[in-house]
Amino acid sequence: MSTSSTETSAIARHWWKIAGVLLVLYSLIWGMLGEVPRLFVLNETIRNLYYHVTMWFGMMAMMGVSLFYSIRYLSKNKIYDDFKAEQFAFAGILLGLLGITTGSVWARFTWGGWWVNDPKLNGAAISLLIYFAYIILRNSMDEEQKRGRVAAVYNIFAFVLLMVFLMVYPRLNKVDSLHPGNGGNPAFSGYDLNSSMRLVFYPAVIGWIIIGTWISTLGFRMKKLEYQKMMDSFSDNNAGISTPKDIL
Amino acid sequence: MKAFKSFLLALCCLFAAPLFAAEAPEMADAFRADGKIYVVVAVISIVFIGLSIWLFRLDRKISRLEKNQKS
Repeated sequence: MSTSSTETSAIARHWWKIAGVLLVLYSLIWGMLGEVPRLFVLNETIRNLYYHVTMWFGMMAMMGVSLFYSIRYLSKNKIYDDFKAEQFAFAGILLGLLGITTGSVWARFTWGGWWVNDPKLNGAAISLLIYFAYIILRNSMDEEQKRGRVAAVYNIFAFVLLMVFLMVYPRLNKVDSLHPGNGGNPAFSGYDLNSSMRLVFYPAVIGWIIIGTWISTLGFRMKKLEYQKMMDSFSDNNAGISTPKDIL
Repeated sequence: MKAFKSFLLALCCLFAAPLFAAEAPEMADAFRADGKIYVVVAVISIVFIGLSIWLFRLDRKISRLEKNQKS
């Protein structure tokens, strides 16, 4: 894959990482300097849309990619797909934890409490717990084939529940959510995402998705190195038995 | 009398005008006008650039390990 180590090929392989960094940097700077709508209650905190909401968009993208690799693992049975699913879920959990903490701070100054009884907040907390259980489930199994298959099936359920708790449940008319677009509140397109905010918000989302992907690939490459080392020592200790290359 | 009443109403409106103005959402305009916001933006940018340099270095280290393992 990475046979040549010349400078040009390095840029060709890494340009998307630079693009991600530049997009997030742009959103950090213009998120502070750009014009925002003047609204009561929110005031300047509307800028948190660039920093808090992007965490959740990034998390959902990471979980989506994780789901993709879980399904591919189930159909092709390649262990590296399982590693990728795990690492993308890790990055998603990282972004989700950042989302829930930043949301808590924002809620304190706009809704008056670190934690308000909002369906979207509780849904987010439950989804994160579901993904914590995913990690615990993985760590509880030693045999990699079994772990991969059980974790992949669980991941599919986890993603469906994530969608239900973050996208469907808070939008039901029976429940009231303080979040925009939920429980009768106006959505993004209504008041809090005018065209000048879109110009910062969407690049920020793309940037954070790229950085989340980057972190996931770094984790995956580490895990792959560890695994190859383990396999090499395995084949050294058992001179007659070759490594099961077919599962890679 | 009628003229006086309307005059009084106009006067009330005149005095009430600043009250309506005060009801505009409070934004950090002074902060921005002072130019001090640039200091905050500079600090945030430095922190983020620092973190991304760290990520790039980690990426390079992993690449080196991968190369060693292949040979």
